[in-house]
Amino acid sequence: MSGYEISQNLDCKGMRCPLPVVELRKAIKNLSTGDILKIEATDQGSKRDFESWCRKTGNSLLESSEINGVFTYIIRKEES
Amino acid sequence: MSETKKMAIIVHSGTLDKLYPVFMLASSAGAIDLETHLFFTFWGLDAVKKGGLENAKLPGVMRLGTGMMKNKIKGIGVPSLPELLKMTRSMGVTKIYACSTTMEMMDVKKEELIPEVDAIVGATAFLDIALDADIQLFI
Repeated sequence: MSGYEISQNLDCKGMRCPLPVVELRKAIKNLSTGDILKIEATDQGSKRDFESWCRKTGNSLLESSEINGVFTYIIRKEES
Repeated sequence: MSETKKMAIIVHSGTLDKLYPVFMLASSAGAIDLETHLFFTFWGLDAVKKGGLENAKLPGVMRLGTGMMKNKIKGIGVPSLPELLKMTRSMGVTKIYACSTTMEMMDVKKEELIPEVDAIVGATAFLDIALDADIQLFI
C-alpha cells in the first residue's frame, strides 16, 4: 500500500452501506483525472461494493487490503 | 461509462421494513449514476406525504417495536429514512412520482405531499418508464 501519491484521504470507518459509496461518489467528483483517492472503511460489504462501484463508474481500483477489520482502498479517478 | 442505465421501482408499502430497502437501493444507485424512478402507490403513498418517512412504522404487531428498531438502526450508523431521501436526491438521478389514483382513493391533496415529488402520474406513465428500465422492482 505504498508508492502512490495520494491526492485525498477519505475516512468511511463506521459507515454502513450505502454511505461509503455515496461519500466516495462525492469525493471523486471533486478530483481531477489521474488523482488517487485512499479510502478506509469498516463495512464488510464495502469490498464488493467498491469493486462494483469502480466497474460501473469507470474508475480504477488499484489496490484493496484488509487489516484487523479495516479495509483500505486505492482508487484512481479516470476520465469520465 | 456506457449509456445511462435505469431502475424503476413500484413502492407499494409504506412500512419501515420496506422503505429502507427502497432508499438504500436508490441511494446506492445514485452513487453509480443509475437513473432511478420511484413510483409511490397504494400504501407506499404514505411515505411521500409530509411527515410520512419520519412516522413510518414496522408492519402489523411489530409496529410496537418500531422505536427499538429505529434506535438500533441509528446505533449502527445507518441514516434515517428522511436523511436517505435527502442524500438520494442530492445525487440528482432519482425521480419521485405519486400515483394519481391512490391520491383520490386515500383523499390526499397535492399540498400534503413532500416537495421532492416530481410529478403525479398514472400507471401508464410508470409502464412507459419501466419498459425502458434495466431493473424493475416491486417493493
